[in-house]
Amino acid sequence: MTQDLRCEEVIEKLLEYLDRELDTETEHALARHMETCRACFTRAEFERKLRARVSEAGKAKAPESLRRRVRTIIEHY
Amino acid sequence: MTSIGTPLRAFFESEVERLLDRLYGTALRLTRNRADAEDLVADTLAKAWVKLPELRDRQAFEKWVFRILVNGFISERRKRQARPREVTAATTCGEDTFSLFEKVHQPFLLWWGNPEQELLDKLLREDIESAVEELPEEFRLVVVMIELWGLSYAETANTLDIPIGTVRSRLSRGRSLLQGALWRQAGEAGIAPGNAKGDAR
Repeated sequence: MTQDLRCEEVIEKLLEYLDRELDTETEHALARHMETCRACFTRAEFERKLRARVSEAGKAKAPESLRRRVRTIIEHY
Repeated sequence: MTSIGTPLRAFFESEVERLLDRLYGTALRLTRNRADAEDLVADTLAKAWVKLPELRDRQAFEKWVFRILVNGFISERRKRQARPREVTAATTCGEDTFSLFEKVHQPFLLWWGNPEQELLDKLLREDIESAVEELPEEFRLVVVMIELWGLSYAETANTLDIPIGTVRSRLSRGRSLLQGALWRQAGEAGIAPGNAKGDAR
């Protein structure tokens, strides 16, 4: 991995970067690129915020009927 | 309560209290049905409670219980289907390149302020929930595991018993479908800058 990445390379690896799935060297290269490239930084921020919104979809208030079932499970074993 | 000790019970109760809404929300996104989601979470916690003494690293409880939930979901789906559902051509073909950012970040829209932030602010929680639920199951599972629960690609591959390359391709396709669905919904709701008709492409 070269020190200076092109924007196309950053965009291609951006989601894996946000997933923390890149090797350390590549991760640092992307971070360095985004310190000076407003376009890539803006895109990364958008993807990060979208991901935060999507992760909210994994939460829903558990109904009282489920809470009762869970209490019963704990009491019975 | 007879066989499981009090400290373990206190630990389990506090973890369940902390995670219950996330487990239920995840189960809802996977099953797309309240009754099935409730059954899935109850079965998951029953299994977790019985197996808890086997869990050596309590720090790993969160991912451990989530994997029990995913495996329970997959096993229930297999029971209901005569044979496991294969990834269809319709869902594997096509490009993995739909980008909400590229749709919104257009020079002519930038005159009007910050269209990306505007879209994020106006998307309803319900829009996002239904976009996740619309995903075909193979992609939904991977998106839920990585985006909603923060599992690594390797952990996801291990839980689903598929190669890591398959995780990458399903995640990429799943995200593309998800963003396409959000773009379409935003257009239908009249909140997508530059997409008044609800076009998905």
